[in-house]
Amino acid sequence: MKSFVKIITVLIVVVALSSCEDKRSRQVQYMADTDMYTPVGYETYGESTIGVDSISARLPVEGTISRGNVPYDYPDTPGALLVAKDSLFSPIKILAPNDSIRRVSKANLEQGKYLYGIYCVACHGTKGDGQGPLVQNGKFLGVPNYKDRDITEGSIYHVIMRGKGIMGSHSSQLSATERWQVVHHVEKLRNDLLK
Amino acid sequence: MKSVNQHNRFLRLFLSSLTFILLFTSQLSAQEIDSTQVRTGKKIFNANCASCHMLQKKFTGPALGGVEERRTNEWLKAWIKDNAALRATGDADAIAIFNEYNGSVMTAFPQLSDDDIDAILAYTTHGDIDKKVVVGGGDDEVVKEPSTAWMSYVVLAVLILLVLWIYLKSDNQFLKLVATIALLLTVGYFGYQALMNVGLDEGYQPIQPIAFSHKIHAGENKVDCQYCHSSAKHSKHSGIPSLNVCMNCHKSISEVAETTKVMIGEEKLGKAELDLEIKKLYDAIGWDADNFAYKENYEQKPVKWVRIHNLPDFAYFNHSQHVTAGGIKCQKCHGPVEEMDELYQYSPLTMGWCIDCHKETEVDLKGNEYYKKIHEQLSKKYGIEKVTVAQMGGMECGKCHY
Repeated sequence: MKSFVKIITVLIVVVALSSCEDKRSRQVQYMADTDMYTPVGYETYGESTIGVDSISARLPVEGTISRGNVPYDYPDTPGALLVAKDSLFSPIKILAPNDSIRRVSKANLEQGKYLYGIYCVACHGTKGDGQGPLVQNGKFLGVPNYKDRDITEGSIYHVIMRGKGIMGSHSSQLSATERWQVVHHVEKLRNDLLK
Repeated sequence: MKSVNQHNRFLRLFLSSLTFILLFTSQLSAQEIDSTQVRTGKKIFNANCASCHMLQKKFTGPALGGVEERRTNEWLKAWIKDNAALRATGDADAIAIFNEYNGSVMTAFPQLSDDDIDAILAYTTHGDIDKKVVVGGGDDEVVKEPSTAWMSYVVLAVLILLVLWIYLKSDNQFLKLVATIALLLTVGYFGYQALMNVGLDEGYQPIQPIAFSHKIHAGENKVDCQYCHSSAKHSKHSGIPSLNVCMNCHKSISEVAETTKVMIGEEKLGKAELDLEIKKLYDAIGWDADNFAYKENYEQKPVKWVRIHNLPDFAYFNHSQHVTAGGIKCQKCHGPVEEMDELYQYSPLTMGWCIDCHKETEVDLKGNEYYKKIHEQLSKKYGIEKVTVAQMGGMECGKCHY
């Protein structure tokens, strides 16, 4: 009887201690199953019971436009790129009443530079010469220098939206205004390179 | 006898070295590669062609390894310099390849000279002549420190046995009293710690469905955090990247470098295992790496990442407020993610931890004309130049609990 008590005590202590070190599972969650802790509604990226698949994040209903989304009518074809190049113009490059050319505000250019630093720099490089860190360490090859390409604001926007060659579409990461801000930073880099 | 032996040995040595030299020279002459030309070709290829062509695999354009066997030199030169003009002449091969790739237009390269193109073609035929063959070795094994945890277990076991002995065998009342107090203190100490840890997941590191390494992506390749977690700047959530974001890079990166290593727990994954992890991504989104295209009518499967950071529903947290308005670095809360092969929860995410930071962090008031007046009043009220988040209302209950 006595040795039995001893063995049980030692076992309990060992189990208690070893369970503290398991980093693969969560700690004890005292109230995790109450609605104070776990929301009643669906969690972002959670599973759902509605619909055929099990993701709570749904695509917009067909024929609707989600809030803040700006529709883009140029399809993903080589021809559409040529059309966009000449016919698509930036809504944030504005012609002031007493001005002769359209200009982009300083705030938009600065934001464009910031966003370029996040989404483009890895391949295209800070200067736009196609020498980003991923090109320099050989992960991506053949990223063009902006000055070697005949690009306009329309074609840059189209390529951000639809991608070109090995560059994929970056439309899901940027809003419409942000894309235009990046476009104008790219234009600025190209002009600097052409100097 | 002895001298003959010696003589034989010399003869053998001479013969074997002769064979060796002959073999070596014959090997050299058999290749006959103009290595400078191939190296120049590689350079031009990487700068101009590599964004759409690879040597052995189909990419945006066809694989170019051994293209000289398939087409004549003149045709290739004409095509590379101006493929549209070649198609306009009615060349059947040119039109056929144009149609095979659904009319996607290859850039014209009139700036390349005949010598340049010959160099490129030499590279496509001979491949990378400088590539070193890595043979196993060079493994930097991690030397494990012998664990000292067992010692504390032994000490603990001895103490428990001692207390048990005092209770069961000893008649000394004083010893029993001391043992009881010691026991209560110990239980109190560990019990308090255990209770304080309830719901606290600092260090939580679940096994994820794909062995994704933040160290490789954010550390070595310097991809910005927000490239993938793009909704952090506008939204409550930092966002798990949808698979199209992964494919922006992994369309062309279908395998890892020879030397890449990822540590998952105690297990070290090398190239063989990691290439399979990229395959998991292709399998989820339905990418056909051999044909360089998405599979049609493919039923895509979500990747079920395991959530690590989780606040209870009664605490509100917004990423955009901290990332965009506050300009806080992700690492401040998430720790050195760029050094983690496997992600874990770095911060305790307790209320005390939030409050501590709100008390310390000073708000940058520059360039905010809209609130200029209220900022002046605040600094007058507290008699300071800079105000902290807490002084701006960052400790109001209703900011996070409502």
